[in-house]
Amino acid sequence: MNPIRSLATLVMLAGSLLALAACGGGGDDTGLSGTIEIDGSSTVFPITQAVAEDFYILHPGARVNVSVSGTGGGFKRLITGETDISNASRRIKDAEAESAAANGVEFIEMRVATDGLSVLVNLDNDFVECLTVDELHLMWSPGSTINNWNQVRPSYPDQELRLYGPDTDSGTFDYFTEEINGESQVSRSDYTASADDNVLVQGVGGDKNALGYFGFAYYTENTDKLRAIAIDNGAGCVEPTVETIESGEYAPLSRPLFLYVNRASLDEELVAEFLRFYMGSAATLALEVGYVPAGDEVYLENLQAAGL
Amino acid sequence: MAFADRDRRFRPKLPRRKRWGTAVYAMLVLSILVGIVGLVTLIAQVVVEGAGWLSFGFITNFPSRFPERAGVWAALWGTVWIMGITFLFAVPVGVGAAVYLEEYAPKNRLTRLIELNIANLAGVPSIVYGLLGLAVFISLLGLGRTLLTGGMTMGLLVMPIVIISSREAIRAVPSTYREAAYGLGATRFQVVIGVVLPQAVPGIMTGTILAMSRAIGEAAPMIAIAALTFVTFAPTGPMDRFTVLPIQIYSWVQDPREGFSGLAAAGIIVLLVVLLSMNAIAILIRNKTQTRSEE
Repeated sequence: MNPIRSLATLVMLAGSLLALAACGGGGDDTGLSGTIEIDGSSTVFPITQAVAEDFYILHPGARVNVSVSGTGGGFKRLITGETDISNASRRIKDAEAESAAANGVEFIEMRVATDGLSVLVNLDNDFVECLTVDELHLMWSPGSTINNWNQVRPSYPDQELRLYGPDTDSGTFDYFTEEINGESQVSRSDYTASADDNVLVQGVGGDKNALGYFGFAYYTENTDKLRAIAIDNGAGCVEPTVETIESGEYAPLSRPLFLYVNRASLDEELVAEFLRFYMGSAATLALEVGYVPAGDEVYLENLQAAGL
Repeated sequence: MAFADRDRRFRPKLPRRKRWGTAVYAMLVLSILVGIVGLVTLIAQVVVEGAGWLSFGFITNFPSRFPERAGVWAALWGTVWIMGITFLFAVPVGVGAAVYLEEYAPKNRLTRLIELNIANLAGVPSIVYGLLGLAVFISLLGLGRTLLTGGMTMGLLVMPIVIISSREAIRAVPSTYREAAYGLGATRFQVVIGVVLPQAVPGIMTGTILAMSRAIGEAAPMIAIAALTFVTFAPTGPMDRFTVLPIQIYSWVQDPREGFSGLAAAGIIVLLVVLLSMNAIAILIRNKTQTRSEE
């Protein structure tokens, strides 16, 4: 075999494999076809993924593409009209709304669920029931030197305190620091940080001195390994539960989750149908992935606002 | 009387030198063991965790929030497409650049500067290539967040590896071969095509294996160009949106729910199988050409 020819054969092999791939695919059509492009928050992603999965079963001819670029990254693409829908774990900022207007992109905000952050300790920790926001601030403020539980509250035992939390890229980090330290992204940095909530579950679950925080969704999956503690925001201790998060009573560590829809995309029947389906199934699916549904009237209002 | 001096100063110390030899041998064995044990542990752990999740459905299903329904079909085809485009882009261009640098380029400062830059490019973090792809292929050329963009971004990422290893392979061809061909009246182009490249193919294939192995595992540049995380179709053309196996695996690893770490491990097994079969083809070709060139 001539070596050059074999190299050329390999190039052709690669090419024909691609051609072969091009012939595959193509599903059944139920009338609806086309593409919906969605990007944005990793916090909202599990709900949107669940909706897209169920929607695909009904409409296999349609393509619902979901990426995860973060809330800010998603807005960047919504603003330029590149995406139809943006997942967001915060409201759109004024600056972002202004650039959208400058680009002639109109959008509609739709509340879809509520996310609660939980503060967690190890199951072997039997002395912490409830912490105030001030105590959390004491532990997590930048430059904090608290490293023993009895520095948090004198009645706690003389026991080392080790902190766990999401890393600085996470929306959960932004949200927690904003609420507890008064400014987003401001936190002490000498804690065990991971972008992977799984690592945090393992960390806090295996360390009796630990205190950590992450999304309520992850806590509900791991109640056998961790214990969530109640938060006192000045009006008494409130435990994170589906009820207290939906009512907003569990403050300040619960936050609304949104979809931002490009108004121009509503003219496409596929996007309209997807949103009708989304609002109809969000209550069930949000619960399924660990968030708190927004309430039926909210979903109806969303559809009315979009004229659907 | 230099010899006598040296003889007098010489102490055989044979047992000590032998001990040294044994110690070095032990250290070398230990070095190779670290690599092998690490690899075996990794593979064993992945197989133990993921084997139970491997099934026909796992290969042919799209992602799902129910682990028993989830699969890698879209990611698998995305990876096959990306590898194909990366190969078609990086290997011809990379080998071309290597041929130019070795056979045509004048040996001057500019050439040395280019060579230095290529060597440095091999060390640039992969996310930078993702941002480059975003700026050039998506914003400037308007190719969209497609397979073509992804494959060419990966192509840029691995091109330094292809160029460097191809140059090594070309340089290893004895200059007597070239001189003999010139002596027979061959042109430079004929020498390159007929003499140099055939001899260099095994080395070029080795470099290509390294390059493709690097590309198949990269997630960062694909995330930068917003490859999909949830997708319900296998790509059918180079202008389709896509996802790749590393992104699918990453997405599963991050999912705390029961079963998804097993899915991630099963995804890693699929990735390894694709990687090994890709390399097997390359090695097969390399061995064929090697036997031929030694005849």
